[in-house]
Amino acid sequence: MRNYFVFLGRCGRIAFEGDWRYYAWMGGLTIFCLLGLHAWCRQFAQGLILTGMSDEVSWGVYIANFTFLVGVAAAAVMMVIPVYIYDNEELHDLVIFGELLAVAAILMCLAFVTVDLGRPDRFWHLIPGIGQFNFPKSMLSWDVIVLNGYLLLNVHICGYLLYSRYRGVKPAKWFYIPFVFVAIVWAVSIHTVTAFLYVGLGGRPFWNSAIVGPRFLASAFTAGPALIILALQIIRRVTQYSISDKALLTLRSIVQVSMLINVFLLANEVFKEFYSGNLHVVSSKYLYIGLHGHHGLVPWIWTAIAFNLTAMLLLVLPVSRSLKWLNVTCVLCIVGIWIEKGMGLVIPGFIPTPLGEMMEYTPSFNETLVCFGIWAFGLLCYTVFLRMSVPILQGRLVQANEGQAGSAAARKH
Amino acid sequence: MSRRSFLRTSAVLTTGLAALAASLKPLMEMNDFPTAERFMQKYYKELTPAEMEKVLQRITDEVEKQYGIRPHVRDLKPMDGVEFVYCLNLTRCIGCRKCVHACVAENNQSRNPEIQYIRVLRLPHGSLDIEKAEHFYNTDSVPEKGYFYMPVQCQQCKNPPCVKVCPVHATWQETDGITVIDYDWCIGCRYCEAACPYWARRFNFTKPSIPQERLNPDMAYLGNRPRRQGVMEKCHFCIQRTRAGRYPACLEVCPAGARKFGNILDPNSEVSYILKNKRVFIQLKEEMGTAPRFFYYFDV
Repeated sequence: MRNYFVFLGRCGRIAFEGDWRYYAWMGGLTIFCLLGLHAWCRQFAQGLILTGMSDEVSWGVYIANFTFLVGVAAAAVMMVIPVYIYDNEELHDLVIFGELLAVAAILMCLAFVTVDLGRPDRFWHLIPGIGQFNFPKSMLSWDVIVLNGYLLLNVHICGYLLYSRYRGVKPAKWFYIPFVFVAIVWAVSIHTVTAFLYVGLGGRPFWNSAIVGPRFLASAFTAGPALIILALQIIRRVTQYSISDKALLTLRSIVQVSMLINVFLLANEVFKEFYSGNLHVVSSKYLYIGLHGHHGLVPWIWTAIAFNLTAMLLLVLPVSRSLKWLNVTCVLCIVGIWIEKGMGLVIPGFIPTPLGEMMEYTPSFNETLVCFGIWAFGLLCYTVFLRMSVPILQGRLVQANEGQAGSAAARKH
Repeated sequence: MSRRSFLRTSAVLTTGLAALAASLKPLMEMNDFPTAERFMQKYYKELTPAEMEKVLQRITDEVEKQYGIRPHVRDLKPMDGVEFVYCLNLTRCIGCRKCVHACVAENNQSRNPEIQYIRVLRLPHGSLDIEKAEHFYNTDSVPEKGYFYMPVQCQQCKNPPCVKVCPVHATWQETDGITVIDYDWCIGCRYCEAACPYWARRFNFTKPSIPQERLNPDMAYLGNRPRRQGVMEKCHFCIQRTRAGRYPACLEVCPAGARKFGNILDPNSEVSYILKNKRVFIQLKEEMGTAPRFFYYFDV
């Protein structure tokens, strides 16, 4: 037990050590975190009136970000499956970075849900046992379980593997492999359940469609690995951790297939909505072409579609085998899917209202600050996780050098 | 630790703490800081009669302190053998919106921003397509030629989607058919608001404000007692009146006699008569399977 605390202590200490670039990056993120915290405190004090939300559009960019990030978290599975099921060599030493990204993404998800609550002081009503937990009827109660469960699973897997590496012992298979396989299924479940949050609402025809779940997964498995491709290159650049181009290209083929499926499913949805021409098409009309003189989302969704199609084209062409083009493609995927799934899915579900009223939504400045704050918080967490895990994986932070210049060795690179 | 690194660490720590304190500062101007008592308050269905007595006392004191009026707050229970039903005569409704304002006055809704439970839709003759509804018609006199009017409020569904989705059981259906909200239990996630096919639920985006002289002191726990910031509310068939044998405020004020309310389990009630004898009556969005207890009918 004592060993474990020494391990945690050293991990904690190393998070505060680095060169000037590290301090600048972390300092900048901290400033954004605090700005976001400030904005949220204002919102907590004065109410959600400080957001752009209304009774008409009662969920906004918080829930949009939440939905997107659940996908990012779920996408870790796209590295886990090749490694643990197909014994992929290239990704083997990298899978932990994907899992750590999942942890950071889930923390951001939880933050986004919390800031969306009108009474965050009553969060304890949600805790099974002491509160009143509407399980299994409410899909939100399912979401609480799957998200927290996924967080615990990933924290356990990453924590155990890193601690084993730190001690220089081979991890006991029975103590993590079963969890890895549970986590694979669990990853699919977090995004499916999040889709069901919307799909289950009969009063909102825009969401009440069986394709939302599959579309969520396809877009998550596009944007998530795209984000990981970018993250891995940054890790490679700043830490000299060896990451092969082949590993990045393996991830590229995952993004490639997912994007094709994603665009295909989108086409299915658009066809069904517009060809049948029944009255339930109003939300889609508002989203794609505008309705009764309201066009708020039209430029957004067409940007998203343009980005997705360009990314798809680049992905199927050999040009995206070069890292420069691959990076461009990844950015297009991430931005395109963020818009499509966030603003493009959450907002039009509310417009027009079930009584046919048109009311548009734009996030307020305060709301935007809160969002930036949470993104900065997530990046801060991910950076800290990497700062701790890279030296351990490289064998610079190990039990053997406890007490003696351990941190100095880690500092030196 | 060297002197220099000590100084540096302290400087960083001080700056950090100052920045944190500055970030948290808005909490000092909190609209509605929960007291320990309110923070710990139990769920409605778990309160014993003695505890409920204490809570009612506390609410009475709080309202008196805030508004200078001592209210009469009761926890009215549903009556045996009663299931409330509302019938609205579309032939008679003239779209005057008197019901909207009587409701606000009766139920202590926030006046700024104003929360209304009833939305009157103006529809062109011949269509029940809500997409064609005008919400904000503003004319000197009603009714207008070529239109009919349809007031929409909580439909008190037999199969309510809002109750199903609430993650904390803060809203539920009582035995007399009224779907109620425990304002002290709601966490403000607004999932019910997204789930309702009738857009019947309202959220307190900020601290409700009611002029002192407008407060209705006759209150019920699950009804019209003043709400707090960050919770949901909606029409509850004027629980504080109907469970005490009176009609809802919207019915009493209706100048056209378009609104009928009563006990469907009583075969001699007016609503039983209407549902038995009117040739056409509709439930809004019947295809949703929500089974509203709110019926629209025509004089035919």
